[in-house]
Amino acid sequence: MSTEPTHPVSGDGRSSDYRHSRGLRESATFDRATIAGIQRAAATGVYDIRGWGAKRPLPHFDDLLFLGASMSRYPLEGYRERCDTDIVLGDRNARSPLHLATPVTIAGMSFGALSAQAKEALGRGASEVGTSTTTGDGGMTPEERGQSTHLVYQYLPSRYGMNPTDLRKADAIEIVLGQGAKPGGGGMLLGQKISERVAGMRTLPAGIDQRSACRHPDWTGPDDLAIKILELREITDWEKPVYVKIGASRTYYDVKLAVASGADVVVVDGMQGGTAATQDVFIEHVGIPTLAAIPQAVQALQELGLHRRVQLIVSGGIRTGADVAKAMALGADAVAIGTAALIALGDNDPRYAEEYRELGSDAGFYDDFQDGRDPAGITTQDPELAARLDPVEGGRRLANYLRVLTLEAQTIARACGKAHLQHLEPEDLVALTIEAAAMARVPLAGTSWIPGA
Amino acid sequence: MNEPVVVDLATSSVRALNAELHAPGAKSYEVRSPQGAHAIAAGVDSEITVDVRGHVGYYAAGMNDGGRITVHGNAGTGVAENMMSGTVRVTGDASQSAGATAHGGLLVIEGSASMRCGISMKGVDIVVGGDIGPMSAFMAQAGRLVVCGNAGDDLGDSIYEARIYVRGTVGSLGADCVEKQMRPEHLTELRDLLAEAGLDHDPAQFRRYGSARRLYHFTSGNTY
Ligand SMILES: Cc1cc2nc3c(=O)[nH]c(=O)nc-3n(C[C@H](O)[C@H](O)[C@H](O)COP(=O)(O)O)c2cc1C
Repeated sequence: MSTEPTHPVSGDGRSSDYRHSRGLRESATFDRATIAGIQRAAATGVYDIRGWGAKRPLPHFDDLLFLGASMSRYPLEGYRERCDTDIVLGDRNARSPLHLATPVTIAGMSFGALSAQAKEALGRGASEVGTSTTTGDGGMTPEERGQSTHLVYQYLPSRYGMNPTDLRKADAIEIVLGQGAKPGGGGMLLGQKISERVAGMRTLPAGIDQRSACRHPDWTGPDDLAIKILELREITDWEKPVYVKIGASRTYYDVKLAVASGADVVVVDGMQGGTAATQDVFIEHVGIPTLAAIPQAVQALQELGLHRRVQLIVSGGIRTGADVAKAMALGADAVAIGTAALIALGDNDPRYAEEYRELGSDAGFYDDFQDGRDPAGITTQDPELAARLDPVEGGRRLANYLRVLTLEAQTIARACGKAHLQHLEPEDLVALTIEAAAMARVPLAGTSWIPGA
Repeated sequence: MNEPVVVDLATSSVRALNAELHAPGAKSYEVRSPQGAHAIAAGVDSEITVDVRGHVGYYAAGMNDGGRITVHGNAGTGVAENMMSGTVRVTGDASQSAGATAHGGLLVIEGSASMRCGISMKGVDIVVGGDIGPMSAFMAQAGRLVVCGNAGDDLGDSIYEARIYVRGTVGSLGADCVEKQMRPEHLTELRDLLAEAGLDHDPAQFRRYGSARRLYHFTSGNTY
């Protein structure tokens, strides 16, 4: 179910003319989506659960611009002069840090939320361009391990499918405290998607609506987390980097505590970050925008003297190479993508518009990942739907998209005179709005004013 | 059988111990002076025997997969967390989250266990000689928890398919956890579990608890 308006709002010239000629005015407070939400709640008595991330407008990377080089800075020549994109993740404690060819990584999305074909496609696409992919709340599948050169294994509160054999097969371990879409919330997977295979991997009865824990079962707080990280290092003989993923909220403090607990890499996911299934009220009203989180995280790392020693991965609303470059200029070492990767595989493709409409949605609007009826075969466990996604073709599309993101980010970095994406800096940026200037801590364009600085 | 290899943590490190246990050159080990260190014998993945002489800190025998590990003393938080197979025995008491998320094997705590014993258990068998604290078997998915003493408040909150047997009193039952009938097959499995743990209580003295399965689907009737 979704809160989309039930009546058509676009492609509907006649009715909007009609409303206009009558002087009908839509309430900003009770707009059509809000009215539909109230009607839906009254009809069903159950809150709205959906996928995707926050849909409300938020200060975002679009509110930032790069200055580019001219007289006072020296640009680099496209194609000819080097602009490197490789990164190292987790070299503080681990014997085998990750070396990736591009700073754009694939975020954790569970098998269960996604079809086995989608997981395989993500692995194929990521491996083709030399980046990492990540398991999710539901364990590691042979499909994704087999196709992923660099696979990050998530360690979540539910511990579904967690086992030491897969842990040892992983290239890094990501301890998940939260997600940007729902900081403070546990996982959800509705019965339609709890197939026999998914149920078996999670030790759950098939077909139930799964709600998983929001807190880890065997540690509370940073002091315990430090011991937990020690245990995971011991079990894996100090080989693998340990990431800690947090949903953006009190980011400055959370990053300090994650580092104090021993994280090699901190992943900060802003409120635009996608989800497979969460209450709409949670997605839209809990957490802070990605833009607001990055400077807080960077400040925490800098104060600890560990910026770039403990790497920062940022996610939540990364769509373009410009977003990648902006996140990195603000101090991220890498980014992760979820929603955009699914779109690259074929999610919300116009060729399925008719089928999206049959489900009460439309291409470009589809967010009912929880329902498991995805015509694109991505967010489903239905074997027939899932078979629509060819993992090889999907992987190729994802690889193409990842290459474009990398090339776009390089284009910007060269224009700013940087020989490596990681050389981008806040000084290269200005903001278009006061809000973005205050959050990103860069000056409003044309001024030297950073509100609050 | 050969004499166990002795590792004394007064002179050796937990790191050296675990490295040895992960690529064992012997069948049996004795760990001395554990001094409450964390992650002792974590990640054992073969059928070796480990006897720890003294108290251990957090996550002792964590993710055990096949080992027969005995702590001759008390254990800190998360003993045998996420065990896959094998046996872990604690001769004294265990702190919080004993056997958390464990998928298999047998965990025996001869003394009592603190809060959250068997939290999110996924197939392990846990037998506690004494009492267990509050919030035990929270979201327990599968496996069996046997308590020879009393259970604290909110036992089995949001429980899935795990089965709980308690000989003494239960402080209170958590959301969706109910008392269930003891049928002959339950008495049989309980007798077997007690025997495996080396305890000789009469199974008829226990009561059985499990899920009412009312929270398995999101409905407007759910009050939680
Ligand atoms: C379908 C789907 C499933 C997800 N599953 C998980 C998960 O299992 N664990 C997790 O930490 N995050 C999960 N996430 C969140 C992503 O890891 C990531 O934080 C988010 O998608 C990044 O934001 P973006 O979607 O705007 O790129 C999921 C996201 C989506 C879209």
